[in-house]
Amino acid sequence: MTQTREAHGLLDTEAIRKDFPVLDRLVHDDRKLVYLDNAATSQTPRQVLDAITEYYERHNANVHRGVHVLAEEATALYEGARDKIASFINAPSRDEVIFTKNASESLNLVANMLGWADEPYRVDSDTEIVITEMEHHSNIVPWQLLAQRTGAKLKWFGLTDEGRLDLSNIDEVITEKTKIVSFVLISNILGTHNPVEEIVRRAQEVGALVMIDASQAAPHMPLDVQALQADFVAFTGHKMLGPTGIGVLWGRQELLEDLPPFLGGGEMIETVSMNSSTYAPAPHKFEAGTPPISEAVGLGAAVDYLSAIGMDKVLAHEKAITSYAVERLLQVPDLRIIGPATAEERGAAISFTLGDIHPHDVGQVLDEQGIAVRVGHHCARPVCLRYGIPATTRASFYLYSTPAEVDALVDGLEHVRDFFG
Amino acid sequence: MKLDSMYQDVILDHYKHPHGRGLRDGDAEVHHVNPTCGDEITLRVRYDGSRIADVSYEGQGCSISQASASVLNDLLVGKDLAEAQKIQGTFLELMQSKGQVEPDDAMEEVLEDAVAFAGVSKYPARVKCALLSWMAWKDATAQALGESPRKETA
Repeated sequence: MTQTREAHGLLDTEAIRKDFPVLDRLVHDDRKLVYLDNAATSQTPRQVLDAITEYYERHNANVHRGVHVLAEEATALYEGARDKIASFINAPSRDEVIFTKNASESLNLVANMLGWADEPYRVDSDTEIVITEMEHHSNIVPWQLLAQRTGAKLKWFGLTDEGRLDLSNIDEVITEKTKIVSFVLISNILGTHNPVEEIVRRAQEVGALVMIDASQAAPHMPLDVQALQADFVAFTGHKMLGPTGIGVLWGRQELLEDLPPFLGGGEMIETVSMNSSTYAPAPHKFEAGTPPISEAVGLGAAVDYLSAIGMDKVLAHEKAITSYAVERLLQVPDLRIIGPATAEERGAAISFTLGDIHPHDVGQVLDEQGIAVRVGHHCARPVCLRYGIPATTRASFYLYSTPAEVDALVDGLEHVRDFFG
Repeated sequence: MKLDSMYQDVILDHYKHPHGRGLRDGDAEVHHVNPTCGDEITLRVRYDGSRIADVSYEGQGCSISQASASVLNDLLVGKDLAEAQKIQGTFLELMQSKGQVEPDDAMEEVLEDAVAFAGVSKYPARVKCALLSWMAWKDATAQALGESPRKETA
């Protein structure tokens, strides 16, 4: 049995699930919870909960100020979390890791840096911003705002019928006028794992910056910001076993030195007079106010947890689960996968439609059986428009997901078909 | 099973065989969306004085949102505005009751088929679905009768 499991690349989920109290929950009186909404948020292991509790029980203080014991301990824990995350993403320097409240804030932060920047980074009416049609709203709206405020032109890559980026016109989309190209590494709705190298190469050719939304990648695969060769990488803590309220922006050091701050306040300054101020070096320049301290500590514990298992093993597990899920889902009559209908170059989020049954109804009947999925447009409405559908049902897996949960989903979908048949 | 309290047969019947669906001439048209789930409805109202001559609609969405539009059409067409507003108010009260209101005879007389939505009120995420067409009707009526400026979404 163990040999079979390992041969398939599956993790020892029986052991792992013991770390996640909520996975033992019964819902709707007596239904075992089947949690397949990991792309929305992941569950939290005991180790992370303990780290947060211990922080508040023993070390709580504000950071970077005060000389008392607690202040020093809190600072060490907060900055220690930064070290852990820097190492987790292979950042060349810990000072390149900025804590935000989520990936949306990370993306908005960069959009605002570029709006206020001097040349050569400044986005203005003679310049262009490039995104893709498969972005989460958090990687669309900040750029729409920037375009509206500066007069810059917003352009995007379209999608193929198979749910991949259409890069056939890459030279027309990314041009000498392009200042920034921002795209998702793994789509939250389609599951598509996008090719980075081709986009980065073209962006570098024209001198454009590259930002990568790694919200659905950082939790699920080894993430090496140096290998990506991007300028900025954003992700969020709560999708990778951490708490809500903590996100990360990684940026190349020279850019963080050159670019202006966005939020002003305590913590981000060097000296302040009534006429002007000078700023602390990055990352503090971009962390105005009391930061999310316990949340950072929690994220540090989450990263420790993931690293102890090994991100290559997490990836292999999810590949095996995704492969099995794609195979089983395609056997469900009237089910259409929206996005790559293979396990190749895709993440562990699978969106689908089920005949004419609206996803809201699909999700409701699944919920009654204890199966938690996401329904709707997944904050990626342009994708639904592109494929001519109002919404999808999305099942998304993580390191604690099991083949039996895939089976439960497939059985649940049969029940949905019976109910609305 | 609790699910049956939401998906009453009468709701599923309206969903599968909607009444009055399709866009016809109207005095005002609105388009409302439920941004959390993507339900959409385009709805037109036609008034003959203060009498509702027609409510026509086209939309896409879940069974609850579509059945609700069908029930609305059944209930409101032919009614006088004041009576329609009373029905709308009663339906709103039922849907906002969080499952606490057990429809009595008086309520059933006002709401007819719409009392079947009582079970939906226990599911906060679905209340908006049930109310989508009713809010659209209210908005369209205000526009048709010139009570407020045009509004695209709610």
